[in-house]
Amino acid sequence: MEHKLDNGGVINGTLGSVLGDRGKCAGSVLLDYLKCAPAGVRIQGLKRSFGSHLVLKGIDLDIDPGEIVVILGKSGAGKSVLLRHIIGLENPDAGTIRVAGKDINDPDFNKNHVLAMVFQSSALFNSLTAGDNVGLYLREHKVFKDDARIKEIVSSALELVGLGGKEDVMPSVLSGGMKRRVATARALVMNPDIILFDEPTSGLDPMMTRTIGDLIRDLKYQVEITQIVVTHDIDLTFYVADKIAVLSEGKILQVGTPADIRSSRDQAVQEFISPQFG
Amino acid sequence: MQSVMYFFKVAGGLVGLFTETLYWCKSALSNSEKVVHQLLVIGYQTLPVGALIGLFSGGVLALQAGPALAQFGVEENVGGLVGLSLVKEIGPVMAAILIAGRVGSAMTAEISSMSVYEEIDALKTMDIDPVRYLVMPRFIATVIALPVLVIYMDVIGWFGGALVSAVNPEVKLSIDIYYNNLAQFVDFTAIVNGLLKAMIFGVIISIVCCYVGLKTTGGPREIGRSVTRAVVLSFVLVLVSDYYVTRVLLFLNLD
Repeated sequence: MEHKLDNGGVINGTLGSVLGDRGKCAGSVLLDYLKCAPAGVRIQGLKRSFGSHLVLKGIDLDIDPGEIVVILGKSGAGKSVLLRHIIGLENPDAGTIRVAGKDINDPDFNKNHVLAMVFQSSALFNSLTAGDNVGLYLREHKVFKDDARIKEIVSSALELVGLGGKEDVMPSVLSGGMKRRVATARALVMNPDIILFDEPTSGLDPMMTRTIGDLIRDLKYQVEITQIVVTHDIDLTFYVADKIAVLSEGKILQVGTPADIRSSRDQAVQEFISPQFG
Repeated sequence: MQSVMYFFKVAGGLVGLFTETLYWCKSALSNSEKVVHQLLVIGYQTLPVGALIGLFSGGVLALQAGPALAQFGVEENVGGLVGLSLVKEIGPVMAAILIAGRVGSAMTAEISSMSVYEEIDALKTMDIDPVRYLVMPRFIATVIALPVLVIYMDVIGWFGGALVSAVNPEVKLSIDIYYNNLAQFVDFTAIVNGLLKAMIFGVIISIVCCYVGLKTTGGPREIGRSVTRAVVLSFVLVLVSDYYVTRVLLFLNLD
């Protein structure tokens, strides 16, 4: 289903369905609340080893504000480790990561910038309802004194990801795809400059993979947010990416647009993106 | 050498978590909902079993001590013996073992599962300190609940002792004499000593169980191993600290 905007534009996919079904109100409370100020990222000379195993061997990557960048690589290439460095869960042995020009280890960084992450396991809190999971950041940081306002934003965020009315559902009864969408709503209410997705489609069926792909694409147009997606799913990569960075054995082999990557002459890149069967 | 390093690493980690938890106690009021929730969980899980353990602990003390005292014609002292034993030693230690086994194991299982399934990382990315959000409420709740549970178990244990002393044909002590004797021996200092021990055990159990949970890595199999590790370490530290706290109290002439 598609939804026509006032300016004549059209939104398709999950968000289009939601807006088309429910009219303009769906997600609009959240969209009003979001600052929509995407930030760029500059990674320079990032190195990290675990014991004697060098996992990241000097990563250099520039991400422009508002871009969807997919870091593509096979299992064990260091994709998730790179993502954990960008969000600040790991400290590098060498190199820097700057968001909007500021080092992420700068003491003032967290005051001015918010990075949110959607984990591979979704990492929802099983003791909390979907709504409480989404509202956790707002409540813990006392973003609003009024709980009714928090509930309004939570409902709006869940509607935006196509899960309107699921506030009181416990995570244990949600499917894998629904959990990822709740986790995405939870990341969105943080009002982030950047959202990071760690293997957003792993373990999902093709239909749900498409839904998650639609969601990532829709967020770009509706929320104007920088998104970094780590995956080994080639179909998803070419479906959502503005820019692709191919990572292999801790090194970036090539960075470019989907067209650049498709026409790459690098044999390792071609081997990775070409169909494995048939 | 590796074991020595591991010992110091764990000891340092426990002390570090304890100081961090003390720091976050400043947010206890604004997190009172979580603390009350933990108190209810602890109460719900331990009160029925606590009553049973208290009743039979008092009963078995009276069963063992009553006939022995009766041989010397001083069976009226059963009340004091049961009362003091429960208040100073058996009450706090049994309550601590109960809390470590039922509540501490659940704490470790919950937190280690959160570690394994990236929920702790999710908290960090939301700029929510896991020690404030998870450890501090459990710490305060355990430190409050354990002394309350000790009083509850002591009272039920005294009653258990009275019951056994009254019905045991070798002793046949009236309940009045039993409680009068108990009141003579069990003074305020003895009760405070027991409660102080209970608070120390509460600190040990909550910090050990949360620490082991937070440090869990790997897959789901590690959750079970962490629970075993946390409960065993809690038992050992409770019993070792019991000895040293008693020594300190004796040294200070407070026991």
